[in-house]
Amino acid sequence: MSNTFDPIYITAFVEATKNVFQTMVRQELKFGKPTPGKLPRLSSEVSGIIGMTGDVEGTIVLSLPGSSAENIVEAFVGTRLDSSSEDFADAIGELVNMISGGAKAKFEGKHVRIGCPSVVIGEGHTVQQLSGSISISIPCESPCGSFSVDVSMKKVKEAQASQPAAA
Amino acid sequence: MLRVMVIDDSKTMRNIEKSILNQLGYTEIEEACNGQDALTKVAAFNPDLLLLDWNMPNMDGLTFVKTYREQGNKTPIIMVTTENEKTRIVEAIKAGVQNYVVKPFTPDVLGERIADTMAKAEAA
Repeated sequence: MSNTFDPIYITAFVEATKNVFQTMVRQELKFGKPTPGKLPRLSSEVSGIIGMTGDVEGTIVLSLPGSSAENIVEAFVGTRLDSSSEDFADAIGELVNMISGGAKAKFEGKHVRIGCPSVVIGEGHTVQQLSGSISISIPCESPCGSFSVDVSMKKVKEAQASQPAAA
Repeated sequence: MLRVMVIDDSKTMRNIEKSILNQLGYTEIEEACNGQDALTKVAAFNPDLLLLDWNMPNMDGLTFVKTYREQGNKTPIIMVTTENEKTRIVEAIKAGVQNYVVKPFTPDVLGERIADTMAKAEAA
């Protein structure tokens, strides 16, 4: 896999994120310039994380500052939730689940499955990208605050094909 | 009054679907957090309609549909899921799902699918 992101994937995540926020959070988003390349780490106060397996392997992380996360969850579920509650984590998980599902549907010709979401909450945590993968961070601005969709992925089929055959 | 069972591992989505159902006038609602949980509750609740997520722990939605239909149940099922590839939709329909809603969805879309599904069930 080259060390740059295929624009098709970037468009897929931008459109999926836009659709989820328009439909479920009832907010319009503005997108900044995606930052491609290998990121040493991704950091935020709230991370909704979901894994991809299949022809493409990787992780999709909805990375939010605490205040943005609380405001977005409130707009999503209709009530203010404590960030330490299970319901708060559930809402973040469902947002990244819908973004991931919407994006993978645009991976034409690729057989990809997404897992169940995990949510990490706490200042200064990091989400390490998979070894051998490339990453991109898509900055998003909503009326509730800023956040980013950080994607780390590698094409498994291509990676396997480039390895020497076993003796 | 329509009796609806909402099956989703996300409490957030169950609450959103319940809120929409309430707005549509459906108040007899039971919840289940996965396919296995739904199988244990469905006989006692006797629903007229199931709203079913696909990706859930313990028993996913597709396995639930197959098991539920193998038991002879004919209650209409609407799959409400992020799985939106054509092959997956066809797979669900073949397993016995009557209708399909892709997340994210608007209240109008869910309402239309419910009305369409129940109209076809009554006509059958």
